[in-house]
Amino acid sequence: MYAFDYQRPSALDEAVALLRDLDEPKVLAGGQTLLPTLKQRLAQPGSLVDLSRIPGLSGIERRGEGLFIGAMARHAQVATSPLVQEVIPALAELAGMIGDPAVRNRGTLGGSIANNDPTADYPAACLGLGASIVTNARTLVADDFFTGLFETALGEDELVVGVEFPAPARAGYAKFRNPASRYAMAGAFVAQMADGVRVAITGAGQGGVFRWAEAEEALHADFRPESIAELTLDASDIMSDLHGSADYRAQLVKVMTLRALVAALR
Amino acid sequence: MTSISMTVNGRPISAEVEPRTLLVEFLRENLHLTGTHVGCDTSQCGACVVHLDGAAVKSCTMLAVQADGGAVTTIEGLAPAGRLHPMQEAFREHHGLQCGFCTPGMIMTAVDMVARLGTELDETTIRENLDGNLCRCTGYHNIVKAVAAGAHAMNPAALAAE
Repeated sequence: MYAFDYQRPSALDEAVALLRDLDEPKVLAGGQTLLPTLKQRLAQPGSLVDLSRIPGLSGIERRGEGLFIGAMARHAQVATSPLVQEVIPALAELAGMIGDPAVRNRGTLGGSIANNDPTADYPAACLGLGASIVTNARTLVADDFFTGLFETALGEDELVVGVEFPAPARAGYAKFRNPASRYAMAGAFVAQMADGVRVAITGAGQGGVFRWAEAEEALHADFRPESIAELTLDASDIMSDLHGSADYRAQLVKVMTLRALVAALR
Repeated sequence: MTSISMTVNGRPISAEVEPRTLLVEFLRENLHLTGTHVGCDTSQCGACVVHLDGAAVKSCTMLAVQADGGAVTTIEGLAPAGRLHPMQEAFREHHGLQCGFCTPGMIMTAVDMVARLGTELDETTIRENLDGNLCRCTGYHNIVKAVAAGAHAMNPAALAAE
């Protein structure tokens, strides 16, 4: 790793001021992506701003019919939370599928979505549930938050504070894991919401997480596996790499969507 | 340099470290606790697993400064000197290792598993929860057996019967 300075603010406004004032700062949440990135010298921040000692960022609470989950909530905490298991069981299951147990003890919701890895799990949950991302400055709907590969709408001095997840009538998540990295080669989050069905796909899109409109329409008409049996996903915007071709991934997306639907119907 | 303080295996430690020092480097190179291994160095293999405030973490994917104020347990701290923890004993008894490189991480993960899931663990649960620990020798079969036996031996009733 290249050398960097380390800052550990104890309040949110202090963290925001540091991000504004420091030279080339990077935010450190759980560090499960950032540290491997630094170790490979793929980034050279001037300073790390560690959010772990800012109080009040890791709570999980009921908000209306849904949930508010703090940005620093660890994956293990979300996976085992009785409240999440009760209100949005698919979200608890998704959190329990991220990485491995030791990674889940460190990685955070806010870190995952701010990084917006195209193969990460949480972006699919946020987009699939139509969540709202709350920052220190504003609230953004997930459709406006995830803007591209490793890109979000976050400003340079803007921090995720937490995420508001509306409760679905039914929801499910399924992913096909790369066995080495444990990231999704294709993952689908299917949710039946009050105002329609949402299908969010991760691991496959060249531009990161996306909604599969045709599947949403078909499932909105009839929330059954038969509704999407004849659909095929256009592979022209799907990733192709050494782990799988675009056509293979497009087929995998459909299979994961079906499995997520079956999970939602359970 | 940044000042840090933590307890490691129950012993209070204070030191000055560069912020980029990994927790595993601090444990091995500053404290000479070389039981914690570095295998892949890419968060995949789990040879570096230690407990921070009671939860398993990959110490190659954490900075020492992030553990400031915490309580770290390494393989050296599981049992008093000269004795084996029931999980260590189970790995010995069930031939849960060959070269032994992954063993400290396996054992720290197994003890964490017991803390989260209890002392009676079935094979599926054990295999799922060993997801973040790689072994290049054993084919896992005896590791799984060792974890089940070690977990059972950690049952307070079993401990009392000794």
